[in-house]
Amino acid sequence: MNRDQPAPINRRALLKLGLAAGGAALATRYSFAAPAASPSRFVFIIMRGALDGLSAVPPYADPDYARLRGELAIAAPGAGDGALALDGYFGLNPGLTFMHEAYGAHELLVLPAVATGYRERSHFDGQDVLESGITQPHATQSGWLNRALVNLPAARHRGRESGVALAQNVPLVLRGSAEVASWSPSVLPDLDDDTMRRIADRYASDPLLARRLAEALATGGEVDQSPAQAMGGDAAGAAGAGGAVGNAAMTAVVRSTAGRYIETVRTAAGFLRRDDGPAVAVFDTTGWDTHFNEGGAQGQLRTRLAVLDQSLSTLKETLGDVWPRTVVLLATEFGRTAAANGTRGTDHGTGSAAFLLGGAVAGGRVLADWPGLSARNLYQQRDLKPTLDLRSVMKSVLHEHLQIASGALDRDVFPDSSAAPYVAGLLRNNEA
Amino acid sequence: MSLDYSAAVAANRFGLGARPGELDLIGADARGWLEGQLRGTAPSLPATGLRSTADILTDAAAIRQQLLAQRRAAAGKPAAAESTEALAAVMRLPQLLRPIYIAEVQARLRNAVATERPWVERLVYFWSNHFAVSVDKLAVLGVAGSLEREAIRPHVLGNFRELLLAVEQHPAMLLYLDNQRSVGPNSVLAQRAARRERRLGLNENLAREILELHTLGVDAGYTQADVTSFAKVLTGWSLGGGYGAGKMQDGASGLFLFRPALHEPGAQTVFHHRYDQPEQAQGRAVLTDLALAPATARHIATKLARHFIADDPPPAAVARVAQAFQRSGGDLPQVYRALFEGGEAWQTPLAKYKTPQDYLLSIYRGLQLPVADGPKSIAAFDVLGQRQFAPGSPAGWADRSDDWDGASALMKRIEFADALAQRLGGTRAVAELGPQLLGATYSDETRVSLQRAASDGQALTLLLTAPEFLRR
Repeated sequence: MNRDQPAPINRRALLKLGLAAGGAALATRYSFAAPAASPSRFVFIIMRGALDGLSAVPPYADPDYARLRGELAIAAPGAGDGALALDGYFGLNPGLTFMHEAYGAHELLVLPAVATGYRERSHFDGQDVLESGITQPHATQSGWLNRALVNLPAARHRGRESGVALAQNVPLVLRGSAEVASWSPSVLPDLDDDTMRRIADRYASDPLLARRLAEALATGGEVDQSPAQAMGGDAAGAAGAGGAVGNAAMTAVVRSTAGRYIETVRTAAGFLRRDDGPAVAVFDTTGWDTHFNEGGAQGQLRTRLAVLDQSLSTLKETLGDVWPRTVVLLATEFGRTAAANGTRGTDHGTGSAAFLLGGAVAGGRVLADWPGLSARNLYQQRDLKPTLDLRSVMKSVLHEHLQIASGALDRDVFPDSSAAPYVAGLLRNNEA
Repeated sequence: MSLDYSAAVAANRFGLGARPGELDLIGADARGWLEGQLRGTAPSLPATGLRSTADILTDAAAIRQQLLAQRRAAAGKPAAAESTEALAAVMRLPQLLRPIYIAEVQARLRNAVATERPWVERLVYFWSNHFAVSVDKLAVLGVAGSLEREAIRPHVLGNFRELLLAVEQHPAMLLYLDNQRSVGPNSVLAQRAARRERRLGLNENLAREILELHTLGVDAGYTQADVTSFAKVLTGWSLGGGYGAGKMQDGASGLFLFRPALHEPGAQTVFHHRYDQPEQAQGRAVLTDLALAPATARHIATKLARHFIADDPPPAAVARVAQAFQRSGGDLPQVYRALFEGGEAWQTPLAKYKTPQDYLLSIYRGLQLPVADGPKSIAAFDVLGQRQFAPGSPAGWADRSDDWDGASALMKRIEFADALAQRLGGTRAVAELGPQLLGATYSDETRVSLQRAASDGQALTLLLTAPEFLRR
């Protein structure tokens, strides 16, 4: 799409222009206050599709593990293609090499048996609960992280938006009354400022569009120089190649989109690094629903975990000196069956693994009240039994890391979480 | 006196967006225009040279077999010798399937631009999304389009039970939800395998999603035991050719095949009913009961009302549609009529925020844009965030404003509209286009903003980004 007169627009300037002119559509309550030092950062990575925790964090020393898992079982560290050693009982999937390094650097806390309060097995209800923070699916249209932002101490709310989603549209976990932005790379050219101003004028009488446009303009300015190659590449089917194609295809095909994802993470990390960047960010990952040909030490799931692992390494590298003030939570809607199913995969289950990663995490530990995998210890004789409520982790991190008052957390953010107590010691004490 | 929005609602909410002249054609008889489209046989895609599922899967299976043979041959060799060749070989499957995918999307888009039954076409899109498969799974990249053509289009004006049976037996759905190799634990094949210490068994993916997404809905009260029993019922629902379990290669390649050796013998209880039919008849009996269950009627009615009336549709409208579903035994034209018989849709113009797909289709129709060959013509769906046949999960694309009205998504629409307007320049009489596309929903504010535009190109940008054009 050619245009005769490329007229680059600095959206920040336009925003100010709109504000100066009193344009109602551009009136926002973003603050431009001078940034203070060392704000904390929180990143929530949603793993949609139900991650197989028993393969991400193989409990190779559990006496029932190898039997239940069959060819999906990952061997003890030291064996060919064995797990990456953690504490002598649990290991990490061999695809997670960066996370393993982070464990050694005491920046990774492994939580091998967690769940939300949800106990059915629908992805879509499970994700709703994971994001809303309320045990009853579809009970609310806002997410726990947005409700937390509403209660962010004013001193920490120095960005224009306090949250950003790495997507075109904001996922439920970040929806609500606090201003948040969504961002995704664009290959489209900018508008000239005259046209943009006319659109803004037209939206002045439409509250939803006026707000969205203001949010977009506020986010746009400093990221327009981001590389456009992140979009558009080969749109071939990304994942799930099964059957005879097997692992090589997965690797090759995933790679083409993996590069795109990692570039997007790099750009998003650029936001977070800024002094006036958002306090929280949400990244969406998909493709964890491994019913078929899941693989063990090699295969589909390992390949996907390796891409995730690489993106986390990129995140750390790009965040630079913000990393020590960063906490990343990786979590999924529920786990998968303890036993392999009939098609070399696993079906929907209950308990799964979660991870806390970052320079502010008191890591190098596996935090487990391990229920065991013997038949009588499985949830409904089928799934890993969760022994830690994810809301306990979320609450504790929000409280310690973002200084959100426990009263607000218990009342507004996780109102039905009285059975999920705070967990001490997840983060380093010396955190500002 | 209130405006008569009915023609604009018919064309833009129920249809795919007005073409110039369409609102005049509808005139004062919006209901009649919708009713007329429900008569006659369901429209198929015009002859386009698209291939059948069986054909496509036969070619794909041949490539899979070659890859398997190559990998076996390479197993003993050093890794370096393997890599270049292996990588080239691995790309052959996407190289086969991606052009097929592009051709399917283009044919579908061309038809959407040209069709004179856009309401039926929207219903096809609705059911395609209800029975979603996603091409981010390579196995369905080539056959998502053929699923729609072969299983959905022929039944869109038929009965829900027939639609359900056609979809659940279609190879694309069986591959997407992994049923082709699901094996009953006591089946002939599982017992044979057990003697060689190999474990074969159930995959409950398809059974769960049929209950949760395709029929009863998640809150209907079924249990894990129902899911497991239904998965046993569906064992043996597989494909012919190189898609069977173990070394099975029999049957017509790429066609549905019931494989008795995989089927779990004996009666099963699913959602309060006991089924003791033999073999495939058992699954057909379960699906028939599910198709007629009151919970299914409510589930389908809610989704239809959400799509055609409002994000949170009035309970009375849902009840009326559900009742039409139940009373007619799932006769779809009667269900559709119940949607527009009430006043709800007509009294609330612009209640729905367009999805990127809605948005693009309404632009293509409104401006009568040509659909060029080659992948570029469909890239706009990716850029605006709704890559065709790629919802990413079996739940399909979401259908609420919240899911589509993000700031970044809005900016992409604005940038896209502007780039398009720049390209088209002054080739459209924009001032006349507004009322032609938006009818009574065309606002004075937009009219004034177009009149004051600095150029025809800018006026077109303002029209395509107007609040009433972003909604339907």
